[in-house]
Amino acid sequence: MDLKDLYQEIILDHGKNPRNLGKFDNYNKDAKGNNPLCGDNVHVYLRLNENKKVEDIAFEGHGCAISMASASIMTDMVRGKEEKEVKEIVTDFLGMIKEKDSLETNILKEDEKTKLMSLSGVKQYPMRVKCATLSWHTLTSALDNSDQIVKTED
Amino acid sequence: MNIDDIKREFPIFDDKIQNNDLVYLDSANSSQKPRVVVDRIYDFYTKEFSNVGRSVHYLAVAATNLYEQTRVSVQKYINAKDKDEIVFTKGATEAINLVANTFGQKYLSEGDEVLLTELEHHSNYVPWHFLRKAKNIKIEFAEINDDGEVTLEAIEKKITNKTKIISVSHLSNVTGAILPIKEIVQLAHSKNIPVLIDGCQGAPHLKLDMQDIDCDFYAISGHKMYGPTGIGILYAKKKWLEDLPPYQGGGGMINEVKKEGITYGELPNKYEAGTMATAQVIAFNESIKFMEKIGIQNIEKHEKELLVYGLEKLRKNNSVNIIGNPKEKGGVISFTIEGVHPHDIATILDEDGVAIRAGHHCCQILHDKLNLPATARASFGVYNTKDDIDKLDDAINKCKKIFNL
Repeated sequence: MDLKDLYQEIILDHGKNPRNLGKFDNYNKDAKGNNPLCGDNVHVYLRLNENKKVEDIAFEGHGCAISMASASIMTDMVRGKEEKEVKEIVTDFLGMIKEKDSLETNILKEDEKTKLMSLSGVKQYPMRVKCATLSWHTLTSALDNSDQIVKTED
Repeated sequence: MNIDDIKREFPIFDDKIQNNDLVYLDSANSSQKPRVVVDRIYDFYTKEFSNVGRSVHYLAVAATNLYEQTRVSVQKYINAKDKDEIVFTKGATEAINLVANTFGQKYLSEGDEVLLTELEHHSNYVPWHFLRKAKNIKIEFAEINDDGEVTLEAIEKKITNKTKIISVSHLSNVTGAILPIKEIVQLAHSKNIPVLIDGCQGAPHLKLDMQDIDCDFYAISGHKMYGPTGIGILYAKKKWLEDLPPYQGGGGMINEVKKEGITYGELPNKYEAGTMATAQVIAFNESIKFMEKIGIQNIEKHEKELLVYGLEKLRKNNSVNIIGNPKEKGGVISFTIEGVHPHDIATILDEDGVAIRAGHHCCQILHDKLNLPATARASFGVYNTKDDIDKLDDAINKCKKIFNL
């Protein structure tokens, strides 16, 4: 295990200065997620236009560097993508965090993939995987209009 | 007392953990176990095992005697008047649930108030919340002050003529505040209100004298007292145990069972339904003996020294913010580092073998009040040394370095 894999510069940067932090007015989908073990929570807001494209996305919440960075990078990554593409990215990301060595989707460019792979260090820290995945599960919940609050324990 | 000798009695420190010497600073969560306790469980299962209180064969009688010996040891250790005032449970959580359930059944009805404090662990809130749902009772919280302590005055302020029971921590698992429980009991009794003390953090670190404290109930966790998991103790005054209804039904707690009705067993069997955590109870006697051998005064003194040293050291460390500043404080230091989330602190410290806890420590009410989603916490046991605190401080510095602070 190496802390440098976990706390890469990009993670520290996004953790400290999260992008897309703060609710915006004309969102039409949102969902909440929380991690009952540690009290972290996240609220994802997004606006899907008539072509099912993510016009805007943001989040509110608090948590560790990993969870804030993950939400920050995620929101950056899916803005402008179609709902179907977003779901593919989410599935690919969750697969990578849990077992796969790399990202397989063709939707993301190589530099975007490199950015996302900066979160792969959590694999070595099983207790921290939930920190990285919470906002992604919450995004899925928002897209599916689920009223259920996402819990990492589920 | 020689801490190095004491530490050698704990097998967990024999080997490296992830290539590091273990710096265990999570005893408020659960303490490590001395060899005598571990061996006792092994010996009981390999040489003496039988169920207790039922059969008449040699092993059953011997096991029953061992089981009851622990009851007497606990009685003496906490200076209870009678051994029947000691009820074994699966943990302090069950002990509190037992009281909330049985006392609630018999004495609480709509509009009655239960008085807790903002410091309480979830285990001393959720069981009362069940009653709020089932019986529409009210739960009041005595407030903490800026130092993270709950004063007698804060308790008094929340007592009304509807207050039916007061349930408070002996020692906070977050701020370390030691509550003035004897005075709280005196005040409550002057108004005819019984008092339950959640002694999870008190029992492992402070001298206990039930007859002196005079509380009605006192809940103890075995695994925080160098004992096995799966065992707790409810101390309750005999008048309550005789008066309150049974908690769980099953074998062992009955007197006579007929199709048309059932009578319940005498104390202490009345509250010990089913096969209990026999091996753990028997091994817990070794935990008591272990603590008696060192002497609780010596444990208190040692942990106080660590606390003073730790507070001094961490206060000197820039960007470390210590939570609470109670005048009477046990061996718990909760802290935050500006710019680093407690979970990141815990992961980074763990890399150097420094085991702490991060999160809300099952005290969300308190963290909401402090306006902190989470804190990091270092807590001490008898095996800790000043060197452990130095390593904690070093690891905190490493944490700051990683986060460019």
